[in-house]
This record gives sequence, structure tokens and C-alpha cells, in this order.
Amino acid sequence: MSSTTLPLKRRAPIRPARIVLHVFLAGTALAWLAPLLWAVFSALRPYSETSTKGYVSWPDKLTFENFTNAYQQSDMLHYFGNTLLIAVPAVLLTLVLSSCVAFYVSRFDFRLNLALLLVFTAGNLLPQQVIITPLYRLYLLTNLPGITASGKLYDSALGLVLIHVAFQSGFCAFVLSNYMRSLPHELTEAALVDGASVWRLYWQITLPLCKPAMAALATLLSIWIYNDFFWALVLISTGQNMPITSALNNLSGQYFTDPNLVAAGSLLTAIPTLVVYFALQRQFVSGLTLGSSKG
Amino acid sequence: MTTDTTTQTPEAAAAPPPGVSPARTRATHSHRRLLTRRDRITLALMAGVPTLLHVALVWVTAIASIFLAFTTWDGIGFDSIKWVGLDNFTQLFNDNPQFWPAVQHNVIWFVVLILIPTPLGLFLAVQLDKRIRFSRVYQTALFLPVVISMACIGFVWQLVYNPDTGLINSIIGANKPGHYIDWIGDPHLNLWAILIAASWRHTGYMMILYLAGLKSVDPSLREAAALDGANEWQTFKSVIFPTLRPTNTVVLVVTIIEALRAFDLVFVFNKGAQGTELLSILVTNNIIGESSRIGYGSAIAVVLLAISLAVIIPYLIATFRKERRA
Repeated sequence: MSSTTLPLKRRAPIRPARIVLHVFLAGTALAWLAPLLWAVFSALRPYSETSTKGYVSWPDKLTFENFTNAYQQSDMLHYFGNTLLIAVPAVLLTLVLSSCVAFYVSRFDFRLNLALLLVFTAGNLLPQQVIITPLYRLYLLTNLPGITASGKLYDSALGLVLIHVAFQSGFCAFVLSNYMRSLPHELTEAALVDGASVWRLYWQITLPLCKPAMAALATLLSIWIYNDFFWALVLISTGQNMPITSALNNLSGQYFTDPNLVAAGSLLTAIPTLVVYFALQRQFVSGLTLGSSKG
Repeated sequence: MTTDTTTQTPEAAAAPPPGVSPARTRATHSHRRLLTRRDRITLALMAGVPTLLHVALVWVTAIASIFLAFTTWDGIGFDSIKWVGLDNFTQLFNDNPQFWPAVQHNVIWFVVLILIPTPLGLFLAVQLDKRIRFSRVYQTALFLPVVISMACIGFVWQLVYNPDTGLINSIIGANKPGHYIDWIGDPHLNLWAILIAASWRHTGYMMILYLAGLKSVDPSLREAAALDGANEWQTFKSVIFPTLRPTNTVVLVVTIIEALRAFDLVFVFNKGAQGTELLSILVTNNIIGESSRIGYGSAIAVVLLAISLAVIIPYLIATFRKERRA
């Protein structure tokens, strides 16, 4: 917000301190973007040119060839599809299930509420590697003939959806229960006295009021699940079944002799998250700070 | 997060939730009597289904890790599980050349994150909080790395560090034979090279958390400080920083957990070879590597679990106790 819109506040004369601050911030921002800009620059140059002229050199021509090559050679659309198959159900299920738990612990005064919320919150703070060994075995042992293509939980989109939901619902339950607690209690109370069922209280009264928090969490979850590398790396064995982020790891192994192509490929995988971020920036940031800013 | 792994940053959730008023408690007690049988079943399902999923996949497996850490198992049939007591741990502590370096690197990871990107993120947040023009542009640039996957960050930084074609060596002329600086391969350099990339990301994350914290600072505190003639540094030190206490707690917990979760970046860089070993990498190598030693891998996971719980439990107790008191 510019200070000119607030006549009562300082009119902000151009003070040297402000200029120094702007120079510092602009410099820092540019330095922060540098690795990404370097990746873009590399990706825009043909390998034949950089291999003879060196990477730090004036470009003869800039083309999108690396991007189209990376896109076509790596069958990227297929991997984007895999990611969608995992991320969409995972985000929706996480939101539904965690809002149910949040509703339960925040609207009713049962004895186990605090313990329940503790279990969810603590579970989400664990490093994934703490649980991966038994989880991997469990997934291998769970036979689901006819339900997943692999016949097991292992190497299936369903397996990834389940672990994402289980893990992320810890965070969402915590945030949503805080949010629901801040809603006035009279709302549900009146409905309850009028004979509304618990489900109605949840579905028709509480959930619509949680829209801002749900939107923030949906944005956050989409980006996190899209970016997941670890679960897919361990729990998916067939390259064709991988979501985009871990598929990229295979691709880079395949094309590591051409860094420009790898640069283009990695940038392409980052595009969806960047689009979501720029479109829903406010939701994303508010989601990230939903828990921490409430004091 | 990471997805977090590392990609995951759910730890952001924290800080005391708003309190429960006495009036509310009374209201909920009267609610109970209004619940029909069907309502009770609905409620049981609403709480039960998610809890079952979460407990089965997260907590049962965590406890299974503890159990398996005292056994050897080839993973084929349950009858091949054999109790070996503390064998896995003695082997781990005494004979594994990677274990203590990994612990040390996890500690270094935390120390670097808390000493460099965290104060830098705080500093940037304080600057950006000054109703400055283009604030959003600066914020977006600094925050962009947090949105991109850790794996992608790994690839981008490899373009910077590559000995032959990388940005740094090309600029300083170290990309000719005999003058190589091998940022990724040299065991004395690679951890620090990766930590720069990790700090690059962490700064933006910390900045956002602190910006949120600063927004909740009561403006009248600043005015009072200004009236008292405090300069910028004095105001920050004695007025603003103390009010950021809840944010600082969150930041500390987030940073410890991030240091324990660190994985993607290292895996993409050099799979945790020479010089970049981490506990998370050792666990994972036991699963996707050739040698699947389940008990041994679980023992490493238990070490990771013990350190994590030593942080998580006191933090949650403090957080939830505050809530109860309120």
C-alpha cells in the first residue's frame, strides 16, 4: 500500500534510508531469483551451442526446443495425469476427513478430544522416514487383487492417496479445529435445539463457514502433494506409475548429459505449482500461517 | 511438507489456539443430552474413520518401527522375524561408518538453518513490514523457492554447481581441467553447497512466518515506543522481538523438524554419498537399495523417532496446556 493513500500517515518523503532499503531488497530479490533465471537461460539454449561456447556466454539464439523436447521425449502428459489421479482424491479426502475430526473435537466436549487432536498433530510432525520401513512392508503385504493394477497397495495410486490423506490430515485437523473453535457457538446450538441432526450441523452450518480455511488448506495441500517426492520414490516401483515430481528424477538420469534438457524438464514440472501459487497466492500464504499467526 | 518430506512444512501449524470460554463448556454439556442415537453414530464415524486411517498408517507403523528395530527380518514371511535385542543398535553405533557422520550432518543442518536463513528471514520480514512500496514483488521473489518442489530445487542448483557447465565455476574460471572445484563430489564441500540451496528455500519460509507474526503485533506498542524516543533497533529489540515469542517457538520447532526431514535435496544431488549422509537417507537406502535389512533400517528410524519426539512432545504439551488454561 502506498503511503499517499493515507494522508494522516507519514507522507514518506524520499529519504535516503528508504532508497538504501529498496536497493537492498531489490538486490536480495534478484539474487533469490538468480538460480531460477539461470535455469531458464540454460533451458532456452541448444546444447550444441553451450557445449562449444560455454554456458556463460552471449546466446546466438534462444529457442523453446528444449522445452518441447523434454515434454515430448519424457511423456510428461502421462506423468501429469498420474499426479492428478493422486492429488485430486488426496486433497478432497484429506479436507473431508480432517474437517470431520475437527468438527468433532471443536464442537463437542468429549473427554478424548484433546488426546485425539494431539495424536493427529504429533503424527504430522514426524519425519516420513520414521514410518517408511514398516509402511513399505505393509503395502507389499496388502493384497488388493482387482482393485489396483499391481494387485497390492504397493505401486498403486491408491496407496499414495492413503498415505497422503493419513499424513496430511494431522495438519488440517489441527488448523480446522482452531478455526471451528472461533465460530460462535450459538449457531450450531440453535440448530441443535431445533432438532437438526449432527450431520446437518456439520455439512450445512459449520462447513460453509469454514470456506476460507478450506480454500487455504486446499491450495497448500495441492502444492505439497504435487511436490511429493519421497512417498512416490519408495512406494512406487514402476516408472510408468510415478507422479511427475519423482518421474523427473528418472528422466534426469536418462538425459544427464544434456543439462539444458534437464533444466527445461525441471522447469516444466514447476509450472503447475507456480500457476497455482500466483493464482491463489493469498490463500497459500494464509494457509501456511493459519496455525502460527493465531495467538 | 515434504511432502514433504522436506517438502512438507505442516509444522507451520502451531501456536496456541483461541481459548475455550466457560460459557462454551456449559453449552456443550447441554448439547450432549440433545444428541440422538443416530447423531452419536454419525459422530463416532466422523471421528473414527479418519482416526483409524491416521493411526493405522502413521502411529501403528511408527510403533512397528520400534518393534522391528530389535529384530532381524528378511521381509519374506512373518516367521523369519527373529528377536535380536540391541544387536542392531550396537552395530549401528559401533560399526556403521555412515551413522555418526549422518547424525553430525543432521545437527549441522539444523545449526546452519537456525543461524543463517532464520535471522535473515526475520530481518527481511521486518523490512517488508514497513509499508514499503513493491513489498509484494519482493515477497514473491523471496518466497518462490518455497513453492517449488525440493526435487526441482535440487536440479536447479545442480545447474549452478555443476563442475563443467555450472554457473559458479564458469564465472570464476574453475571449469578447466586441473582447476576443478567439484561442489557436488568433494566431501568437504558438498554438504555446504547443499546447505546453501536449503537455506535459499528456508529463508522465504521463515520470512512468511515472521511476517504473519509481525502483523499481529499491536500497533500501539510501536507508537508508545516511538513516543518514548526509541530508535528502530531499540524498538525491535525491546518491543517487537519479545512479542514475537509464539512465532519464535514455531520457527524453532519447524527448523528442527526440517533438519530431521531433510531428504529430497540430498537425494537428488548425490543420493547421500560421501559427505552428505543424513539419517533420513540411511533409512531410505535400506529400503530402495540392494540390501534390505529391515531391522537395521528400523533401528536408524528409531533414532530419528526418538530425536523427533524429544522435540514434538514438549512442544505439544506447552501448546495444548496453554489452550486448556485459556
